[in-house]
Amino acid sequence: MEKNNTLIDQARRSFFGKVAAATGVAVAPGMVLFQVAQAKPAAIAVTDKVRWGMLINTTKCADGCDACVTACQNEYGWGPESEPHSAPNQRAQWIRKVKLTDKATGHVQTLPLMCQHCEIPPCVDVCPTGASMKRADGIVLVDKHICIGCRYCMMACPYKARSFVHEDLRDQNVNAPRGKGTVESCTMCVQRVDNGGIPACVEACNAENHNAMFFGDLNDPESEISKELAANGGEQIRADLGLNTGVRYQGI
Amino acid sequence: MSLRQVSQKLVMVAAGLLLALPLYAGEVPSPVIPEAKAKANEEFGCVEPVTEMRKNHMKFIMHQRDDTMREGIRTSKYSLAECINCHVVAGEDGNYARYGEDKHFCSTCHTYAAVNIDCFGCHRDTPEAAKPGKALTDTANPHHNDVAFNQQSSLTKESGLTLPAGGAE
Repeated sequence: MEKNNTLIDQARRSFFGKVAAATGVAVAPGMVLFQVAQAKPAAIAVTDKVRWGMLINTTKCADGCDACVTACQNEYGWGPESEPHSAPNQRAQWIRKVKLTDKATGHVQTLPLMCQHCEIPPCVDVCPTGASMKRADGIVLVDKHICIGCRYCMMACPYKARSFVHEDLRDQNVNAPRGKGTVESCTMCVQRVDNGGIPACVEACNAENHNAMFFGDLNDPESEISKELAANGGEQIRADLGLNTGVRYQGI
Repeated sequence: MSLRQVSQKLVMVAAGLLLALPLYAGEVPSPVIPEAKAKANEEFGCVEPVTEMRKNHMKFIMHQRDDTMREGIRTSKYSLAECINCHVVAGEDGNYARYGEDKHFCSTCHTYAAVNIDCFGCHRDTPEAAKPGKALTDTANPHHNDVAFNQQSSLTKESGLTLPAGGAE
């Protein structure tokens, strides 16, 4: 029985692995793409013609560099100063650097881990109010207006990407309203993206000249991210869960 | 004094108070609503006629919030941030008045009408920040004015690199 399960697991993994590698191109034939590189007009709603995603090359991600984390903190105001009364493991954390060491070889890898913006997000499945939601363009968000702070989504998320705000806040960023009693996570810098920009972490990584992060439209075969995925592939973390994440990794 | 006499007296006092109420009602000052910085619309000043705004501003904001949040529609006409940017008032210390202070645009009416709003639990109540995400450490929150604790926690500033050991509740 044990053996059978393992075999099935492996089959699923390799299947999802192939799907992951193929997604970038498979969408292309027969599809008319209206996606534009410029900002969408403010009054127009987002559509599912676009699926925003990220690709992270862990071989370029430098050990000891936390530019992406710092950029996110500056942009949205989370971190030690935001919740001074909470324990470090209680505080909101939208993005974190994870360090992996292979004990056998001593090989060290680091990678940024944040909301993976799943196509089938478990956090949205379990939300009792509809606050946890996925936009048409694939960005997974929390609608804090109707979030009741039950934290089911935090338990459902396999990536531990969501946090709960425990303290009263003030002077938030105009673009990032956040407050006590609600859950929050990486928004893929949704307000920047809507205005034609790129996420703050990607910008910071490029500014450091590491260029480990790509941001772009997974539905557009001509986008930089799709070309890179088609050429060199990209793995999902926990691909076995079949969530079709919008964030992909190379070199893991 | 018997119990009966006491209760009769109480009824009389209560009746007297009720009769006096209309006299006091006239003395509650009407809220002084701060002027906007600019005219959003030449014809009626605000984005909609003032009477319409007084009655329905919450509906405009509510629709805008759902459109922006769920559809990514980022027009500024009914955005809360624009209300704040335009109806901004300097408080007594020269800084912008905050929600809860008498001079804040939203507070003026909401205090008068005793209507409590949650907007500013998450949204900032003043125009654009120099430094976002500051904790509420002043006397506005009686539980969060422990100066010693605040200083200590700012010393133990940790980098974003640490992975939470336990459950990130």
